[in-house]
Amino acid sequence: MGLRNFLDKIKPSFEENGKLHAFRSVYEGFESFLYVPNTTAKNGVNIHDGLDSKRIMIMVVIALCPALLFGMYNVGYQHFLAAGLEMKFWQMFWFGFLAVLPRLLVSYIVGLGIEFTVAQWKHEEIQEGYLVTGFIVPLIIPATCPLWILAIAVAFAVIFAKEIFGGTGMNFLNVALITRAFIFFAYPSVISGDQVWVVDHAICGLGTDAIDGCTAATALGLASTQAAAPAFDINMVWGLIPGSVGETSIIAIALGALLLLYTGIASWKTMLSVFVGGGLVALLYNKCGPDNAMAAMPWWQHYVVGGFAFGAVFMATDPVTSARTETGKYIYGFLIGAMAITIRVMNPGYPEGMMLAILLMNCFAPLIDYCVVQRNVKKRANRVLNS
Amino acid sequence: MSEIIRLRKGLDINLKGAPASDIVSVQNDGLFALVPDNFTGVVPKVVVKENDHVLAGQVLFLDKNVPEIKFVSPVSGQVVAINRGARRKVLSVVVKSDGKQESVKFAAKSVQSLTVQDILSSILEAGLFAFVRQRPYDIIANPNDAPREIFVSAFDSNPLAPDFETVLKGHELEFQIGLSALSKIARTNLGISWKQTSQALTAAKNVDIYTFRGAHPAGNVGVQINHINPVNKGEVVWTIAPQHVIMIGSLFNNGSVDFSQIISVAGSCISKPSYAKVIMGAQLGSIVKDSLALTGKEHIRLINGNVLTGSKANTEDFLNVFANCVTAIPEGDDVNEFMGWIMPRFKMFSTSRASMGWLKGLFCKKGYDIDARVKGSERHMIMSGEYDRVFPMDIYPEYLVKAMITGNIDKMEAYGIYEVAPEDFALCEFVDSSKLELQRIVRESLDKLRAEMA
Repeated sequence: MGLRNFLDKIKPSFEENGKLHAFRSVYEGFESFLYVPNTTAKNGVNIHDGLDSKRIMIMVVIALCPALLFGMYNVGYQHFLAAGLEMKFWQMFWFGFLAVLPRLLVSYIVGLGIEFTVAQWKHEEIQEGYLVTGFIVPLIIPATCPLWILAIAVAFAVIFAKEIFGGTGMNFLNVALITRAFIFFAYPSVISGDQVWVVDHAICGLGTDAIDGCTAATALGLASTQAAAPAFDINMVWGLIPGSVGETSIIAIALGALLLLYTGIASWKTMLSVFVGGGLVALLYNKCGPDNAMAAMPWWQHYVVGGFAFGAVFMATDPVTSARTETGKYIYGFLIGAMAITIRVMNPGYPEGMMLAILLMNCFAPLIDYCVVQRNVKKRANRVLNS
Repeated sequence: MSEIIRLRKGLDINLKGAPASDIVSVQNDGLFALVPDNFTGVVPKVVVKENDHVLAGQVLFLDKNVPEIKFVSPVSGQVVAINRGARRKVLSVVVKSDGKQESVKFAAKSVQSLTVQDILSSILEAGLFAFVRQRPYDIIANPNDAPREIFVSAFDSNPLAPDFETVLKGHELEFQIGLSALSKIARTNLGISWKQTSQALTAAKNVDIYTFRGAHPAGNVGVQINHINPVNKGEVVWTIAPQHVIMIGSLFNNGSVDFSQIISVAGSCISKPSYAKVIMGAQLGSIVKDSLALTGKEHIRLINGNVLTGSKANTEDFLNVFANCVTAIPEGDDVNEFMGWIMPRFKMFSTSRASMGWLKGLFCKKGYDIDARVKGSERHMIMSGEYDRVFPMDIYPEYLVKAMITGNIDKMEAYGIYEVAPEDFALCEFVDSSKLELQRIVRESLDKLRAEMA
């Protein structure tokens, strides 16, 4: 209870007219992080479910951990593979850890910094949404992404995709994907091509600078530029292929998916229908698609390359930007899957269709919901007419 | 047996402290009061003065807008206080019982021979119309309206609510007479639970019986209306609680009204939870004593009503006339849970598997001891589908709530606001991870809509 007493002791200086009033939001954030607020119900129900948005966000972060940890290992693995060096597991992991950690830190410092400031300015509490966004951002970019670009992108996304709409719960576009999209369109060279997927320099004495002109294309990059898509390789499932940090390992993503589905935090309807939509459309292109390598890639292989699985599990299911009606979730998910594969096949300039597909469907989610809800509205209106 | 209407959405919260089936009699001397705020939508005009002597059934105040509606004293005794708040708003009219319980006498009448007007005026005269509510708006009904139908739900599915069959025992005749009287006014529907076996319910006459099976809020009359025949714009239906139907029955059967009712006094902070026979409007302090006493003095929340729709109270407050239970649970304001967002929470109830509380539900049948903490802070609506799972009506609750928050009346109408009452959103409010005060939002919207439509 010493900590509780300490918090109570310093609390007055953060209140109105206190010396440290400018940091009220920070204090509140940390206080509620350490101790569940013991405010009790004032009106309405006298009891509440134990679930709150902090717990929800933390569950998603936990679900993302396997992908992050494996991603770190894979960054090291790819580095030493390119250098042609045999290394121990921990050395690879530490290398990747050192490569990814600064991106995680920049993402959190910039994003949370803006959140804290806005919360202070609006006299509101800090909202937890960025805990997840900030964790996803380093997972969907290459480990070589310059930190300053990342910082600008995060700031852009948090301010213009979220805060101007009113903060967590009011944004209609997935903030993490806007970060990626910002980099993708503003600085395409750091996030696409075949130069960016392997860290080619030593970090803190770990690794080697001796990788010269290293190129390692992602499977999707190959499929969009070459005559034939790369053949299936079990490493695509394990994740030992070049790609964005967290997207490569299907196993790690599946672990996260299991937790999200078990806790009910992600909708199985959305998740399933992304895979169904993607699979069916890919199958369609297999049968009667254009004559290119991407169209010819077996439909199930689309699941294991690129960000399809990561997007389906962690981004399409974002409750705020996804369709909110149960029927809408099926349509929304299906169209994301279908659109992602269509972009992959039809537009060789954007081999990774998942990001654009989800952002596009984010825009259409309210329309889908509108149509679903409107059915109910019509039914009610007809009842009046017939009565 | 009528067809069973099965509700698949909902949630039964297994709370610790369920009432034992014995009935404790509570002394009926002491203070009793009518609180005008309990009669939603009524502007009171007090017609008694302090120190007046009143009989049980004698008028204490009227509705200023519809003076036919009378609000009568539940006990005989002396008016000791007319408490007023800001802008002279009447907070309560308090009567000190003389213990004799002398009632205003009416003539016992046979319902069959009466016209609608006779029945209505009898009910109004005896002050029982004050217990008739209406949809839309969930306010006290207007006797000048012609309701499309009348709905009675014969079971309360709220946590720790009394079992109506226990309440009904010995009052079967009155209940039937009450139903018959109501059925003269308009078609009357009785919603019963599939677990109920009493002949007075399953074979009630002059009413249409609908059997419901499912978790809470299956017993909410609003949910039943939605499944039987939803309220449309421009229509009015009346709802009345079954314990008040018994009172109407006793009016016609005995010529006087017995204002005593059986409530449950329950919850983990009541020493021996059981049923209690009390007179309407009793002071809570006179109920929670002896074997029904609170288990402690501090950090206990006494609730006037059930945990979902009741209001926080203290022992000085008076039993809400619409409440059929008094609950006491831990307040929880002395609990400082460290890092609650990651702790396994084996003992805490949650509908989500994000914590381990569900394990306890498997092994321990005693129920959960839930305190009054909100356990989180208010956020914008984040999760989707939370409300849907506990809202068994043909309505999209999330969209209706959003229309309410934005004050969009056209959308509220389109999404079905005329069909709902705050109590229908109680479970949504319970499960809401964004901790929005839904019942307050719904109440304010209904009031606003009513003002707008007037």
